[in-house]
Amino acid sequence: MINLPIFPIVIPALAAIILLFAPKQIRLQRGVALGALLVTFAMTVVLIFTVSQDGILTVNLGNWPAPFGITLVSDMLSALLVATATLIVFFIVWFATHYFSDAYESNYVYVAMLFLLVGVNGAFTTGDIFNLFVFFEVFLISSYVLIVLGGKGVQLRESIKYLLVNVIASALFVMAVALLYGTVGTLSLADLAQKIPLVENQSVIVVIGVLFVIVFGLKGALVPLHYWLPGSYVVAPTPILAMFGALLTKVGVYSILRTYTLLFDGGAFTQTFLIVLAVLTIVIGMIGAIAYNDVKLIIIYNIMIAVGVILYGIALDTQTSLEGALYYLIHDMLIKAALFMLVGMMIGITKSGQLRDMGGLITRFPLFGWTFFIAALSLAGIPPLSGFFGKLLIVQGGIAEGSLFGPLLILLSSLFVLFSVIKIFLYGFWGEEKRAYDGPLVPHMKKLIVPTFLLVAVAVAYGFGAEAMHPFITQAIEPLVQPEIYIDAVIKE
Amino acid sequence: MEIFVSIIIGVLTMSAVYMILSKSLLRIIIGTGLLSHAAHLLVLTMGGLKTGAAPVLVDGVTEYTDPLPQALVLTAIVISFGVTAFFLVLAYRAYQELNTDNIEEMKGTESND
Repeated sequence: MINLPIFPIVIPALAAIILLFAPKQIRLQRGVALGALLVTFAMTVVLIFTVSQDGILTVNLGNWPAPFGITLVSDMLSALLVATATLIVFFIVWFATHYFSDAYESNYVYVAMLFLLVGVNGAFTTGDIFNLFVFFEVFLISSYVLIVLGGKGVQLRESIKYLLVNVIASALFVMAVALLYGTVGTLSLADLAQKIPLVENQSVIVVIGVLFVIVFGLKGALVPLHYWLPGSYVVAPTPILAMFGALLTKVGVYSILRTYTLLFDGGAFTQTFLIVLAVLTIVIGMIGAIAYNDVKLIIIYNIMIAVGVILYGIALDTQTSLEGALYYLIHDMLIKAALFMLVGMMIGITKSGQLRDMGGLITRFPLFGWTFFIAALSLAGIPPLSGFFGKLLIVQGGIAEGSLFGPLLILLSSLFVLFSVIKIFLYGFWGEEKRAYDGPLVPHMKKLIVPTFLLVAVAVAYGFGAEAMHPFITQAIEPLVQPEIYIDAVIKE
Repeated sequence: MEIFVSIIIGVLTMSAVYMILSKSLLRIIIGTGLLSHAAHLLVLTMGGLKTGAAPVLVDGVTEYTDPLPQALVLTAIVISFGVTAFFLVLAYRAYQELNTDNIEEMKGTESND
C-alpha cells in the first residue's frame, strides 16, 4: 500500500463526482456520502498505524522524483489531522441528513461537503507549497458553494464579503509563492527547508514569511485579519457552520504550523510577530465571547480564542508547546464541531439565536442538555476532559521559555471561555421555558442528538485517552522540532 | 525587461486596490481580477523572463526557459477565472435579492445585533 496517503483525497473526490450525476436521489446521496466517509476514515486509521510503524510515507505524484514533482507527505501530524477532519465531516454529514430539508439536500450539498474534505485533506497532506495553494482553492470554492446555498438575502450579502476576503488572500498567496520561488528556486517544502538557510539575504525570507502569515492568518482569522469571520459564519446553516468552524480556520493554523516550523523559524522577529498576533487574537476573542448574547456568535468568538492559544503554542516552537498546540488543535476541531451542532439544535428548537428567548431546555431534552454541559466543560479545559492537556502543555512550554504573560493570558482565557459557555447553559437550559418551543427541529431531536452525542463522546474519549494518544502526538511533533527527519523522508538520496 | 514588467505589476496592484476600495460591487470584482493579473505576472517574472529555447530536451541547446512558472501561472489563471465567474454570478444574484450593488448598503446589522 505505498499509495496510502492519497486515499483520503481520492475517495471523497470519487464519491463527490459520482453524486454529481444524481442530485435528486437523496437516499443515494446520503448513503454514498456516509459510506465514502466511513471508508475514508478506515483508510486514515490504517494510515496512522502504518505511519506509526514505518515512519513518514511519501508519494511522488507522476513518479517525478522528490524536489521536482509534487510530493504527498503523510507524517503523523498530517495523518492525525486527516483522520480528525474525516471523522468530523462524517458526523456532520450524518447530522445534516436529519437537519436539512429534502429540497436543500438535493442542491449538491453533500457534493460540496465532500469536495471541501478533499481540499482540507489535501492541504494537510501535500508537501508542495503551490499544491497547498491549489488545495486551499479546492476547499475555498466548496465553501463558497456551501455558504450561498439557500440563497437568502443575508447569506448572499455575507458571502460577498467572505468571497472578497478569500480572493484577495488567494492573490497574496500566489504572490508569496512567486516571491519564494524567485528567491529560493524551488517549491517542495522539504527542498525549501534545505535551501532557505543558504539564501544570503535572510531579510527577504522574513518578508516572505510575514506575507505567508498574512495569507494563512486571513484563513485562520488572526487579529487584525478576523473581521470577516463572525459575520460570514453566523449566516451559514448549522452543519455548514460546524464544518467551517471545525475545519477551515484550523487549516490556516496548520499551514502556519507547517511553514513556520519548517521554513521560517530562523528569526526572533517572526516569533515575536506570531506571539503578538496570538495574544491579540486571544484578547479580541475573549471580548467577543462575553459581549454577545447570540449563541452562534459566542461559539464563533471562541474559535478565535482557540486559534490564538494554538498559535501561541506554535510560536514558542519548543517540544512541549508544540505537543500542546497539536493536542489542542485536534481537541478544538472535535469540540467546536460538536458545539456548533448543539447550538444549532438550540436555535432549531427555539427559533431564535438570542439567549433571552431561551430557557428551560434541559427539562424537555435532558440528554441534549447534559451533552452540551460536557461539551462546554471540555471546551473550557476542565480536567480530565480533552481541552485540559493541550492547554497544560502550552502553559508549561510558555513558563519553560521564561514567559509569564502568555501563559497567564491563556489561563485567563479559559475562565472567559468557561463563563461564555456556562452563560449559554444557564440561560438556555436552566430556568423556565420562555415560550412554546415549536421550532422545525423539535420532531427530529431524537435523531439529531445521536451524531452530536457520539462526537462529544469521541472528544471525551480523546481527553481520557490522553496517555494513549501521547506516543502519536510525540511522533507527530518530531519532524517539526527536527526538520531533518521530514527532509530526509521526502528527499531520498 | 524584468524592471518594466515589475512596474506593470505595481500599476496593476495599485489600480486593483483602488477598485477594490470603491463602493460598487462590479468595480470590486474588476479589482480582484486586476489583482490576480498582477499576481500571475509576478509568478512569471520571478521565474526570470530570459528568452531561451522551449524547455524540451534537445541536443545542442543550453538556454532553456523555466517551464515551472508557466505551469504555475496556468493553474492560477484557471482558478482565478473560475472564482471570478462565480463572483460575478453571486453579485448578480445578490443584486436581484438585495436590490443594491452598493457595498455601503450591505453592512448588515439587523440580524447580528
